[in-house]
Amino acid sequence: MSELKVSEVSKSFGEKKVLQSVSFSVKEGEFVSLLGPSGSGKSTLFHLIGGLFTPDEGDLCLGGENINGKRGRISYTPQNPSLFPWRTVLDNVVLGEELHAKPNKERARTMLERAGLAEYVNAYPHQLSGGMRQRAAFVRSLLSPQPFICLDEPFSALDEFTRLDMQKWLLSIWEENRKSVLFVTHNIEEAIFLSDRVLVLSSNPATVKQEFTIPFERPRREELVLTEEFLKWKKQIYHELRGEE
Amino acid sequence: MEVEGTAPGSTLMIMKKIVKQGWRPVLVVVLLLILWESSSRLFAIPAWLLPSPLTIMEEGLSSWSNYAHHLVSTTKLSILGFVIGTSIGLLIAILLHLMPRVRQAFYPLLILSQNIPIIVLAPLLIIWFGFGVLPKLFIITLVCFFPVAVAALDGFRQTNAEMKHYMYMAGASKWQVFSKLEFPHALPAVFSGLKISATYSVMGAVISEWLGANQGIGVYMTLAQSSFRTDRVFVAIFFIMLLCLLFFSLIIVLEKFCIKGRAEQEAKS
Ligand SMILES: Nc1ncnc2c1ncn2[C@@H]1O[C@H](COP(=O)(O)OP(=O)(O)O)[C@@H](O)[C@H]1O
Ligand SMILES: [Mg+2]
Repeated sequence: MSELKVSEVSKSFGEKKVLQSVSFSVKEGEFVSLLGPSGSGKSTLFHLIGGLFTPDEGDLCLGGENINGKRGRISYTPQNPSLFPWRTVLDNVVLGEELHAKPNKERARTMLERAGLAEYVNAYPHQLSGGMRQRAAFVRSLLSPQPFICLDEPFSALDEFTRLDMQKWLLSIWEENRKSVLFVTHNIEEAIFLSDRVLVLSSNPATVKQEFTIPFERPRREELVLTEEFLKWKKQIYHELRGEE
Repeated sequence: MEVEGTAPGSTLMIMKKIVKQGWRPVLVVVLLLILWESSSRLFAIPAWLLPSPLTIMEEGLSSWSNYAHHLVSTTKLSILGFVIGTSIGLLIAILLHLMPRVRQAFYPLLILSQNIPIIVLAPLLIIWFGFGVLPKLFIITLVCFFPVAVAALDGFRQTNAEMKHYMYMAGASKWQVFSKLEFPHALPAVFSGLKISATYSVMGAVISEWLGANQGIGVYMTLAQSSFRTDRVFVAIFFIMLLCLLFFSLIIVLEKFCIKGRAEQEAKS
C-alpha cells in the first residue's frame, strides 16, 4: 500500500539543476535514510514527494499511484518543527489529522505521554525545548492519516546527547507501528543507526550515488554504535561520501 | 493548567512594569503643567489666548452637564464608525488575499485612495447625504478601514513559508491554509492596524462634526471657538485625547485576550 517509487526524477530551479535522475524506492514498513551534504537538494526532493512542486522529468509513485504534484499523500516533518505558536501542543499534534477528519484527542494525549510530553499537553511551543518541539512535530506526523512518513533532518539542530536520546526514542516508537519512513540526514552515524537502507546522494546536481543495506537486527541498542562492525560501515559510507571530492 | 496559571501572572507583571516605568512620563507631565500654570500667572497671559491648566480644569468640572451629551454622542459615533470601518477593512483584506489577481488590480488603488485627504470629500458627502449620521459614518469608515486592510493584507502575506509548505504538503485546502494558518498568523498585524484605526475613528468623528452637526465634541469645539472660550477648546481637546487613549487601551486588552502563545515570546525580544 505505501511503497514509494521514485524513478528518474529531475528538477531545476531556473538555470540551477538540483536533482538529476534520482531513482530509489522505499518498501512497505521500511526505514530508509537519504544521506547527503547540505544544499544537495534533500529538502527539494521532499517538496517534490509532497507535491509542492512537480518534477521536470520522472515519476513519483506511492502505492502504485502516480503522485506527481499531488498534495496530502505523505505525512511530513519539516526541517524546522514548524509548530503553530498560537496552538497548544495538543492542538498542534492533531493538525495533520484535523485537515482530513475530526481529530482523536484521546489518542493524541496517549501519544504525547509516550513522547514524554505529558506535562506539556496544554503548553505553547515557545515553552518547550528544541528536542521537545521536534518530538511534538514527529507525533504530529505519526497522528496524520497518511501511512508514509518523510522526516527532513529532524535532529540536526539538537546537541549530541539529545540527538542520541531522540534517535532511540524514534526507533522505539517506530517499531510499534512500522509505517514506511524516508529519513533525511547529513549525519552518517544517525543514518546507519536508524535505517534498513542508506542512500548516499552526491551534490550539484544530486543523484543517488550508492546504496547500502544495513544488516543490523532490530531492536537496535545504543551500544551498537561502538561496535567494530558499525565502525566498518561508517568508514565505508564516509569514503563513498568523500570519495570523489 | 499551568498555561492558565501564567496568564494572570503575566498581566500582573505588565501592571507592575507600567507602574515601575510609568512614573517618569507622569513626572514630566506634572512638571510641564506646573510650568504652564506658573508662567500664565507670572506673565498674566489673557485667558482667551492661553488659559491656565487650573482654569481649564475648573471649566471642565463646573460645566460637565453642559457638554456631557456632546461627549456621549461623539463616543457613540466613533465606536459605530470604527466597527463598520474596520469590519469592511478586514473583509476587503480577506477577499483580496484569497483572490490574488483581484488584489494585484486593486492594491495600488487602495494605496492611492489614502492620498486623498478625507476632508476634501466631506463637502461632497454632505451635499449627497445631508447633515445626518450617514455622511459622518462614511467619513469615519473611510479613515478606519485603510490601516486595518493594509495591515491584514501584509500580515497574511508574511506568513511563515515553512509552515505554509507544511500545510500544503499535508493536503490542506486553500481555505484551511487561510483559516488555520494565515489568519491567526496575521492577528498581531491586524491588531496593530486596529490600534491606528481606533485613534483615527475619534479624529474622523470630530472632523465630521466640525463640518455640520447638532451635537458632539466637534460642535462643542466650534461653539467654543466662535465665542473665544479657549478654556472650553482645551476641555474638548482633553476629552478627545482621553477617548483615543481609552479606545487604544481597550484594543490592547482585546489583543492580550486574542493572541495566544506569543505574548511572552515577544516581550522577551
Ligand atoms: N524554491 C526554490 N527556488 C530556487 N532554488 C531553490 C528552491 N528550493 C531550493 N533551492 C535550491 O536548491 C538547492 C538545494 O536545496 P535544499 O533542497 O534545501 O538542500 P538540502 O535540504 O539538501 O540542504 C539549494 O541550492 C537551494 O538554493
Ligand atoms: Mg534541507
